[in-house]
Amino acid sequence: MRACDIVIIGGGPAGLAAAVSARKQGIEDILILERDRELGGILNQCIHNGFGLHTFQEELTGPEYAARFIRQVDELHIEYKLNTMVMDISPEREVTAMNREDGIFTVKANSVVLAMGCRERPRGALNIPGYRPAGIYSAGTAQRLVNIEGCLPGREVVILGSGDIGLIMARRMTLEGAKVKVVSELMPYSGGLKRNIVQCLQDYDIPLKLSCTVVDIRGKERVEGVVLAQVDEKGKPVPGTEKEYRCDTLLLSVGLIPENELSREMGAAIHEVTCGPKVDESLETSVEGVFACGNVLHVHDLVDFVSEEAAAAGRHAAEYIHRLKRTKERPARGKTVPIEAGSGVRYTVPCSVCPARVEDKLIIRFRVDQVYTDCYVSVYFDDERILQKRRLAAAPGEMEEVRLTRKQLREAPGLGRITIKIEER
Amino acid sequence: MYDVAIIGGGVTGAATARELSRYQLKVCVLEKEEDVCCGTSKANSGIIHAGYDARPGTLMARLNVRGNEMMEKLAEELDVPWKKNGSLVLCLSEEGFSKLQELYDQGAANGVRGLKILDRDEVLRMEPNASDRVYAALYAPSAGIVCPFQLNIALAENAYVNGVEFRFCTEVFTVKKDSEGFLLKTSKGDVRTRCVVNAAGVYADRFHNMVSEDKIHITARRGEYFLLDKSAGQHVERTIFTLPGAYGKGVLVAPTIHGNLLIGPNAEDIGDKEGTCTTGEGLSEVLTKAGRSVKNLPVRQVITSFAGLRPHEDGHEFIIGEVRDAEGFIDCAGIESPGLASCPAVGEMAAGILREKLKPEEKKQFTAKRRGILNPSMLSMDERNQLIRKQPAYGNIVCRCEMVTEGEVLDAIRRPLGARSLDGVKRRTRAGMGRCQSGFCSPKVMEILSRELKIPAAMVTKAGKGSELIVGINKDML
Amino acid sequence: MEKRELTCIGCPMGCTLEVRIEEDGGIEVAGNTCGRGDSYARKEILSPARIVTTTVRIDGAAEKVLSVKTQKEIPKDKIFACSAALKKVQVKAPVYAGDVLVENIADTGVDIIATKTVLE
Repeated sequence: MRACDIVIIGGGPAGLAAAVSARKQGIEDILILERDRELGGILNQCIHNGFGLHTFQEELTGPEYAARFIRQVDELHIEYKLNTMVMDISPEREVTAMNREDGIFTVKANSVVLAMGCRERPRGALNIPGYRPAGIYSAGTAQRLVNIEGCLPGREVVILGSGDIGLIMARRMTLEGAKVKVVSELMPYSGGLKRNIVQCLQDYDIPLKLSCTVVDIRGKERVEGVVLAQVDEKGKPVPGTEKEYRCDTLLLSVGLIPENELSREMGAAIHEVTCGPKVDESLETSVEGVFACGNVLHVHDLVDFVSEEAAAAGRHAAEYIHRLKRTKERPARGKTVPIEAGSGVRYTVPCSVCPARVEDKLIIRFRVDQVYTDCYVSVYFDDERILQKRRLAAAPGEMEEVRLTRKQLREAPGLGRITIKIEER
Repeated sequence: MYDVAIIGGGVTGAATARELSRYQLKVCVLEKEEDVCCGTSKANSGIIHAGYDARPGTLMARLNVRGNEMMEKLAEELDVPWKKNGSLVLCLSEEGFSKLQELYDQGAANGVRGLKILDRDEVLRMEPNASDRVYAALYAPSAGIVCPFQLNIALAENAYVNGVEFRFCTEVFTVKKDSEGFLLKTSKGDVRTRCVVNAAGVYADRFHNMVSEDKIHITARRGEYFLLDKSAGQHVERTIFTLPGAYGKGVLVAPTIHGNLLIGPNAEDIGDKEGTCTTGEGLSEVLTKAGRSVKNLPVRQVITSFAGLRPHEDGHEFIIGEVRDAEGFIDCAGIESPGLASCPAVGEMAAGILREKLKPEEKKQFTAKRRGILNPSMLSMDERNQLIRKQPAYGNIVCRCEMVTEGEVLDAIRRPLGARSLDGVKRRTRAGMGRCQSGFCSPKVMEILSRELKIPAAMVTKAGKGSELIVGINKDML
Repeated sequence: MEKRELTCIGCPMGCTLEVRIEEDGGIEVAGNTCGRGDSYARKEILSPARIVTTTVRIDGAAEKVLSVKTQKEIPKDKIFACSAALKKVQVKAPVYAGDVLVENIADTGVDIIATKTVLE
């Protein structure tokens, strides 16, 4: 059985950044396993611009952003296998994968970085009633068809969900010659970036209907129309508000789910809210030596944050390997402190911290549970507020973060828990 | 001129076709869709009922018990996965107990083996997620689960290999009796035949009534379902029913043969024989009712919902037999639940009638065995690697949720009565049936279909003509 | 005088900007919380411009289309002209990211460049 220091599951933005970072920390033996025919992951089909403002201080398209990391992977001679599907990861970090050339093979990894990304929620998860004709696509599938295969999944389109992929696809379909009739959003606010609402919808006079959902899909063979209705505060359709839109296509952009079947089977503890593995300050999962980053950990809003987080995961995996080689034994974890999502906060990543292991700073990422205008993000060490940050606006669609310094953590020796809260002004 | 024309390629038509293919007869199946298993057979509970539900002495009772007994051998011959997982009918109150007892007696009278009445504790030990309100239950160890698609497809493939002709996209408009037999006007021209088997599901009354003065009436009785992710498949081990009501066996909760969890169906009589749409009310009814028998239903794990139509005949009985005033016209009508469980026996009975009538000779070269699509995950690592070396397509995963390889998709397309559409591939290989519901694999399967069938991408369909998946190429209308 | 309403894209707040455009060309912005709103509104009124990202057909590669963009922003009202002009464009592999594929697209003075390297 082949052995390897770090096996990285997934060659998308997270896997690439983790690999580059681990190599820069001096790890020679790295293998990236990618299921698609090229590196770059979902960025390859995200041909719109807006990537890289944080990482490269310039605005890139998805393929351009991916290319920057792919180039580094090549220059650093990091090994990767394409068209390779990982079938199983054992708790002992034996990675079993398959492709056409090698058949099924197993790699014994000293450390594993999970970077499998996420998938889209399907229609079924929403229980949208109606027929099941052709012409219902998740926005990402449509994006692949248009941007990679060059074909149009429809001419008259209704989009459900105003997350960024839905908004981006409204513009893409329009520019390729389709007519997007309406974007419907169940919530009273959009889950997408303001910039996308303006530049993907308003620029093309595409109406955005808030608090509105699909209550029927018409057409037995191919979509012939969808019926939208207003919803009340509980998200239930209000009778009498139905309106039919004639269309041949319904695109769904109704949420992303981290793809953690491998993590789950391996025995990694999964966070109930993020659906990603529970990780500590080192982005290490509950399975020792297994790290997670990117959308498999929690769904990000910007790829720049994925890269940053993945670089950290790569670094921690490298440290882990160095320590392992130094001491010849797997390092024990020190005392850990839970990080809790308080009022207004849906989750935090990480959800625990071992203060002794924190590098110079600890980044805690989280999402708020609703739209806030002018609020405080507060950090509590037990019952004491140690940080308060004013935010003029916060929305569930945008990831938030707070940074704690090593000093702050070291100076609180009896710390029992850390809580992140939203407090109204 | 055919000896027998079977209207409908559902599980009843396919089972009959396979039975007839044992004889030297010229048989065809006329199917209006582009594939078999496109009507009632594709949207049902996939349950091989034990046979305690039907009144003793009815065809339903007899054929259900017989079908259940035949399933073991049939599944083995046809390489179709099935499992005797057993079923429980829960009684939630002391008052209902007498009805449970009646059901037990009925089952015993029908010849169902192994029936047992369990008390509350026994039930909860068997099924910890059964409702806390459970008072007692009827346990039927002979009840099973099967993949309804694979069973239907396997029967059809085997019939085809044994000489039955399948004519797809062939909708029968009229059936007329004349001196030589029957003239069928179809969307693909006239078909002449000596005998007809009416296995037309919800449309069986229409064809019956074209040739007979003894009118029958079939109502489309819609049932809506939820399918849950495999992560929820362990929620119950057996099929869980509650005591039956006026509209049938009620909402069940069951594992599927592939490890998902299935919840449904409700029952609603509708006027539209094509009304396979789900409704908001229906879906919530299903959840409410399922919640009465099974607790903590993991509804967040729902991956899809769908609806099927049962062909409910007014007398709630299978109508199988030669029509009194139309010699040579054999009905297989009103095949609602337990139709899937009964299908081997229905096919046997319908074919038996024709055998008596036509006195055909047996086919010496009849092959009872059919090899299913190779499932590489059943192979050892070494065998699998050998396979990949020989056919690298088996090393390429197309559907990552169900881990379906390109090799399996190619097999599904290239085999007898192969898949012609996305749904055809899905029903044969499960590609697209998993948690992402074909989000990832549909572009890949579309590409393979286009390549294999040598058709442009724009002609690849979800389920036959009219369900084309893409409408053009980028900027073509600019 | 003309009034226009815009949504600021500077941050998640998405301030609703009320813009008054005077006869003499003077512009007044209200509703913004910070300076970004003011400059955004002026740019949107005077010369709204966008980078356009789309695809063109490619021959001689596994891929059927190639992702492209306008090298700089082009006037907003030229977006569709740009897209339509690209309908007829068909390139041949290999193409390297950054290659100029069309010069001066739709008379904007801006070139169309490849955003991806696609080899034969």
